[in-house]
Amino acid sequence: MAHDEEHHAEEEVRAVVNKAPAAVIAAARTTTVDNPLFEYVLRLGDDRLVLGHRVSEWCGHGPILEEDIALSNIALDFVGHASSLLALAGEIEGKGRSEDTLAYFREAVAFRNALLVELPNGDFAFTIVRQFLFDAYSVLLWDALSRCGHEGLAAVATKSLKEDKYHLRHSSEWVVRLGDGTEESHRRVQEALDALWRYTGELFDHDAIDDAVAAHGIVVDHAGLKARWEAMVADVVQRATLTLPLDAPMRRGGRVGRHTEHLGHMLATMQIVARSHPGASW
Amino acid sequence: MPMPTALTRDAIYEILQQVPDPEVPAISVVELGIVRDAVVEGETVTITITPTYSGCPAMHEIEADIVSALKAHGADDVRVKLVLSPAWTTDWMGPEAREKLRAYGIAPPGRAEPQGLITLTRAKAPVPCPFCGSRDTRLQSEFGSTACKAIHVCKGCQQPFDEFKPF
Repeated sequence: MAHDEEHHAEEEVRAVVNKAPAAVIAAARTTTVDNPLFEYVLRLGDDRLVLGHRVSEWCGHGPILEEDIALSNIALDFVGHASSLLALAGEIEGKGRSEDTLAYFREAVAFRNALLVELPNGDFAFTIVRQFLFDAYSVLLWDALSRCGHEGLAAVATKSLKEDKYHLRHSSEWVVRLGDGTEESHRRVQEALDALWRYTGELFDHDAIDDAVAAHGIVVDHAGLKARWEAMVADVVQRATLTLPLDAPMRRGGRVGRHTEHLGHMLATMQIVARSHPGASW
Repeated sequence: MPMPTALTRDAIYEILQQVPDPEVPAISVVELGIVRDAVVEGETVTITITPTYSGCPAMHEIEADIVSALKAHGADDVRVKLVLSPAWTTDWMGPEAREKLRAYGIAPPGRAEPQGLITLTRAKAPVPCPFCGSRDTRLQSEFGSTACKAIHVCKGCQQPFDEFKPF
């Protein structure tokens, strides 16, 4: 298991090879992927479904009314993107699974979201910093995918990009306001940035799935994406008077179904109604 | 035996022109720009619509409203097809719809941003108040009572107001 913590050959991380992962993870070490395109779209959909659910947990708990409304709106957008993506994934898979089946009737090990999005919300600073790190990535990714050769995915990317731009403005403005705010808000945002940093590497991982979908016209330059993301993050961090965390070993595993313990608990809440009352409608 | 519908494409658009947006009833679904096509084939009417925002909960309602309006006008078999591309933009709303929004108390959308990426440090021009016309207004939040609206406050007449976001 420890090998999964960091496997970038070019980085000198041998020292961490024997360190146990922070969270217990139990899933098959290797997975055979029959349909890489399905897997690719599932990863995109699961990121947004899980993050959308996390953000929706703020509904009724926002620090001020406008923010409660904003977070609820953003959660809806993410769930909307997830719905489009999981419907597309189901179509690609061709086994009759709808977006609802994929959302509500899979176990945690079958989810392909990055670990970043499944972490519990923490305080408002933690939530906002996570949104910012993800929004910056998501906007750049959609921009690239809006020009990809897969018609269905390009349509979702173009649509989602428009919405995510509003999200990115919202989260980046909050990072600046809180970072360049009071002593306490600065401290909380810096702590959140430090804690979340180790979960950002997984967003830019490139594996066999990414290679395989090139056959469908989906080619994303992950190294280039990461460089643009880092520049965007560095700019906001600087304006927020924050300090970029030092490079540290990255946590990963979500893309192949090895999740933190938090995802299962979240899914229990998210899936309970659909599983208790299958086929219910209102 | 179902009969071929007598509805023409123009007649369908006229009927849909009477179907209000459930969240902003001042304008119709046609004026909103989400009705992309209407095709009559035998007894089947197929309406193509595109969502405003991906997570907009009103889309299901709109679909049901379109079906029942057309059925009330004699169409037996109404199908609604949802397409994502080209992505909806508020630039598809005409001057009449914009004026209806303003009269209803919602500032109409400005020009939508071009495709592609954004500058995070942009300064947006103030949105004129739909009540008193003052330009001395302040953005309160880019997320409002529905996905498509932002909240502003007018310093001229001290009123909070909604803006239909440029999108």
